[in-house]
Amino acid sequence: MLETRFHSIALYSVFFRHARVRKYGAELQRCRLDAVPVDLGDYHPLKPITVTDSRSRRGGRKGSTSSSSSSSSSVAPDPLSSMLEGTDPLSLFAAASASETPTLSHSSSSVELGRKRRENEEEVGADFEPWSAKRGEILARFTTTEKLSINLFMGSDKNKASSPSSAVSEKVRTRLEELDDLEEGSQRELLNLSQQDYVNRIEELNQSLKEAWSSDQKVKALKIVIQCSKLLSDTSVIQFYPSKFVLITDILDTFGRLVYERIWSMCSDPRPIPDSFSVEDVNDTAKETCLNWFFKIASIRELIPRLYVEAAILKCNRFLNKTGIQETLPRLTAMIRGIGDPLVAVYARAYLCRVGMEVAPHLKDSLNKNFFDLLASFRQIHGDTVQNQLVIQRVEIPVYLTLYSPAIHWILQCVAYRAPDVLLTEMMERCKKLGNNALLLNSVMWAFRPEFVAARATDFIGMIKDCDEAGFPKHLLFGSLGRSLACADPPESERLPILNEAWKVITKVRSPQDYINCAEIWVEFTCRHFTKREVNTVLADIIKHMTPDRAFEDAYPQLQSVMKKILTYFHNFSVLFSMEKFLPFLDMFQKDSVRVEVCKSIMEVFIKHQQEPTRDPVILNALLHVCKTMHDSVNALTVEDEKRSLALLINGFIRMVSFGRDFEQQLSFCVEARATFCNLEPVIIQLIHTVNQLAMETRRVMGGSHSRKTAAFVRACAAYSFITIPSLTSIFSRLHLYLLSGQVALANQCLSQADAFLKAAVSVLPEVPRTISVEGKQRSSEAFLLDFINSFLSTLLVVPDHPEQGVLYLVRGLLNMVQDYTWEDNSDAKVRVYISALPLLAAMSQESYLYTIPKVDSNETLYGGDPKFVAEISRLCETLIGQVLDHLKTLGREEGVRRQGSLAFSLFSTLLAHGDLRNNKLNQLAVNLWNLSHKNGHCDTRTSVRTLEHIKQQAQQPELSHLSDMLLRLSLQSRA
Amino acid sequence: MSVALDLRLKRANKVYHEGEVLAGVVVITSKEAVQHQGISLTMEGLVNLQLSSKSVGVFEAFYNSVKPIQLISSNIEVAKPGKVPGGKTEIPFEFPLQAKGNKMLYETYHGVFVNIQYTLRCDMRRPLLAKDLSKTCEFMLHCQPQKSKVQPTPVDFTITPETLQNVKERTSLPKFVIRGHLDATNCVITQPLTGELVVESSEVAIKSIELQLVRVETCGCAEGYARDATEIQNIQIAEGDVCHGLPIPIYMVFPRLFTCPTLETTNFKVEFEVNVVIVLHDDHLITENFPLKLCRV
Repeated sequence: MLETRFHSIALYSVFFRHARVRKYGAELQRCRLDAVPVDLGDYHPLKPITVTDSRSRRGGRKGSTSSSSSSSSSVAPDPLSSMLEGTDPLSLFAAASASETPTLSHSSSSVELGRKRRENEEEVGADFEPWSAKRGEILARFTTTEKLSINLFMGSDKNKASSPSSAVSEKVRTRLEELDDLEEGSQRELLNLSQQDYVNRIEELNQSLKEAWSSDQKVKALKIVIQCSKLLSDTSVIQFYPSKFVLITDILDTFGRLVYERIWSMCSDPRPIPDSFSVEDVNDTAKETCLNWFFKIASIRELIPRLYVEAAILKCNRFLNKTGIQETLPRLTAMIRGIGDPLVAVYARAYLCRVGMEVAPHLKDSLNKNFFDLLASFRQIHGDTVQNQLVIQRVEIPVYLTLYSPAIHWILQCVAYRAPDVLLTEMMERCKKLGNNALLLNSVMWAFRPEFVAARATDFIGMIKDCDEAGFPKHLLFGSLGRSLACADPPESERLPILNEAWKVITKVRSPQDYINCAEIWVEFTCRHFTKREVNTVLADIIKHMTPDRAFEDAYPQLQSVMKKILTYFHNFSVLFSMEKFLPFLDMFQKDSVRVEVCKSIMEVFIKHQQEPTRDPVILNALLHVCKTMHDSVNALTVEDEKRSLALLINGFIRMVSFGRDFEQQLSFCVEARATFCNLEPVIIQLIHTVNQLAMETRRVMGGSHSRKTAAFVRACAAYSFITIPSLTSIFSRLHLYLLSGQVALANQCLSQADAFLKAAVSVLPEVPRTISVEGKQRSSEAFLLDFINSFLSTLLVVPDHPEQGVLYLVRGLLNMVQDYTWEDNSDAKVRVYISALPLLAAMSQESYLYTIPKVDSNETLYGGDPKFVAEISRLCETLIGQVLDHLKTLGREEGVRRQGSLAFSLFSTLLAHGDLRNNKLNQLAVNLWNLSHKNGHCDTRTSVRTLEHIKQQAQQPELSHLSDMLLRLSLQSRA
Repeated sequence: MSVALDLRLKRANKVYHEGEVLAGVVVITSKEAVQHQGISLTMEGLVNLQLSSKSVGVFEAFYNSVKPIQLISSNIEVAKPGKVPGGKTEIPFEFPLQAKGNKMLYETYHGVFVNIQYTLRCDMRRPLLAKDLSKTCEFMLHCQPQKSKVQPTPVDFTITPETLQNVKERTSLPKFVIRGHLDATNCVITQPLTGELVVESSEVAIKSIELQLVRVETCGCAEGYARDATEIQNIQIAEGDVCHGLPIPIYMVFPRLFTCPTLETTNFKVEFEVNVVIVLHDDHLITENFPLKLCRV
């Protein structure tokens, strides 16, 4: 039928087309490039470009950064490391910015180095956790639902302040009191604010401070700051106090910065003064202004605003004299003793320490003094005044005590920063003397170096046991200890007792939330130092605590963190899954989203750390379960990216499964996996690839000749692929897999299976849509289709004809499909397929084929160069050429001359390469095509010239000498 | 046509001593040339005394204020009538600070009944239809440092219910013991007042502890003299129920302008005192008074 169809087409002209006889071996020999020894010193574009550091070593900054040259030096210095010579670039820059001129020079003199080192000691390093890190945490932790109030006392003190003097002149009075009043006579009290309102109000104040400052209303700005810091003496709604402190100290910081910058800018009149200026650089006006600020602040009536505002502008002391800061800090420290409320006092100390660390981190004494003062006034916390207040506000003691934590942590952190062990020991002793106060102990463990704490872990446990609870829960203490031990290791011999002691307490914690918070911390310690046995015990305990009343539902973040820690320390999955309690623990994640999240993290670790393929049934079962969980989470609403990432993880798992020589087991695993992961297309594709690989592996093991058993097995593999491929939705995946599986089947001598695959591929072809979506964009599928057909054609060379079907059954089938396919309008794709089929047909007519598959007889052997077969091929060629010529003709009529030219040229090239041009008619056709392609001047002259050169070269071979005659007839069209 | 007249003293802090030279420039800025009928500078130092209404009655206080005492006065002509060119013109000047006759230049002091003030005024007289321009600026005078050495004279104090005077019902008083000391009552005006205070015990919680700086001004006149004590500033040194037994610092900076070295003349006196005020939670007010002698070194 096919044949008749091709014949029925009226032939434009009848050519007897002969394929040129090819000797592939000889051609290959000729084509092979001369081996040229590679000179290693030569320039090569792919060689790593080496940037030689051409900076002048001394001048640091002046060297041009753009000067780079490729050099052939054998050891290429890394430009970054050579520039900075091993020092951490960040810290170096930090140090450099402190000194006036940043020097990156290698040969800085020893004096300079010494100076830098000294500066480093004075600087706060990167290992000091800055306040900004704590800020957010405090704001998030200390919240309230109660109503708050802001009372900006506008001159409410007037009566008291001026009581003795009714006759004070108006002028003096206003001068004194304008410091207290924001706007004369206006008293604002904002009541019933929600926490958010309160935060907004404070932010408004911050804004109005900046506005007042920029509009040169310095007195108003000061008033705002004073009023704000006054709010810090108010401890109503005490749970909110730490957050209030954070908000208000932000304003103070702004103020301090504004004042400092203004005075600094006053000194920079002729030229800016360096950051490391000395008192002599400051001019009189600036000094006077600065002094004025200090006098104004010294006359603030109330203690707390005076303290805070002076602390805020502490840095400005640098303008006045050298020793200002170191005299002021102790004075302010002592001043805090005047604050009666212990909470207000401790936060004032925290602020002072913070400012002190910023401005003069080398002044450790006042930090220590702050801490000792804190200890001295510690009993205030349990005083009557505080207790009464708590009763009124209905705040529990444990809650109240935790309000202290951020401030005490901060103070201790400042004190402990780079402090010698001796000092820390002394601090500890002092804390002990105070009756082992739990609150203090907690902060000590938080703030002191983990190494310090870890070395004395046993002591600490003793102290925790001894200390009177005083309302501060012990599990928090153990939590803090655990946090230190997670970062630093206690002595080896003490580890187990420590864990036992700690867990004894932790397991007694009643509230599941408290329990899990504490347990989560200790899991890290356990994982770090102990084996799976201990971890298993811990997990069992966690399960026991969290299961009743489904307590785990409220603790997913902590449980996730436990999982994460375990995965960080246990990379051996056979150990991990042999923990009895691991899977039950996994079962606690019952909320779908969390569960999938946890499964993903497990798989990520597995893929990252599993080196060897595995067949361990424990691992496989468990991971299959995990992957199934991930897979089952996919539904109609799952986004594409999520699916992709899940598929990626599952694929990673599948790749890691290997049963070694037990191929059947492997196949049955793939069967099982296919059933399990049917919703994720990439996984199915991966499975097909795995099975194909399995077949090829079998072939390799058998050395190419299958036994009866293995032959059956590879057929089973083919069957697997064959029934799996149709379930894919992506048409191109299907096509490529059919082709690939066909090739694999062919390689394994499964001829009928290969035939079936290829037939299936051909039958799917008409379904290919005209456009497909690539990365979310609609694009024409033509290019993809052409690619596929070309690779399909090249496979067809080795596929033997089916004995029951006609000659070239598959080729004809493909060409028919191509003819029936609805190509895009105005597209030459069909004709291009015809042209690319010609080389295949030419190759098929050779006596021995370009390539064959071992143990598979191709058509060359089947037909043995039978003239009928060759004639059949020739007829097919004729038909194809006829089709192409027809198409060329239609193009000539229309606007498609350019396309006509290029098609004609490609047909010419094909004829030239594969046709036997000794045949006159063919020769004439080639010449005509050449002329046609050049007729309209649309061809690329350079390609034409190259083609002519090629022909000339070919013509030198004796068997191709006829080409030289043709060459004479091919003329280059000169461009007008 | 806007003309700006400004006075700029050479010293940024505007502080001068007797015998020194007050120097600076008159700055005239204008876009165009300014026609004027003479520019003059006047420097004057005055003591203003006012009688308190408490001691002499409202009307007398109003009418009978004592004549100001002139300490120094001089006047110079900076420019003869003519034209000042457009742009910025700076005319330098100098005044010797020398007291009139046998008087001495007291230190600048802004009080309630006594005011000692030094001013410099620049006047530009201008032809018809243009307003005369005038600019005044105050400068500070600090008296010469004291020759003799200042003895610090520290004071210790103990306040208990028993040490109090002016108590109506001593029995209703809560028990308390507050000890402390001032490092000096002979204070250098540029140095802060310092000391310490310890609440050793107190039955009732403390609400606040404050330092009250008080001026005592005495004016002599024909009918006798008036002596009045008024507050200058009140500085809180403790708020709330402070920790017992822990020393609390006493620290107060003497405000500029509102304080001067203790002054005693034939016509008036300016003295200072400090009150340590303890407010208890039941609003009992306990005050301990310390006279101060301020001086400049």
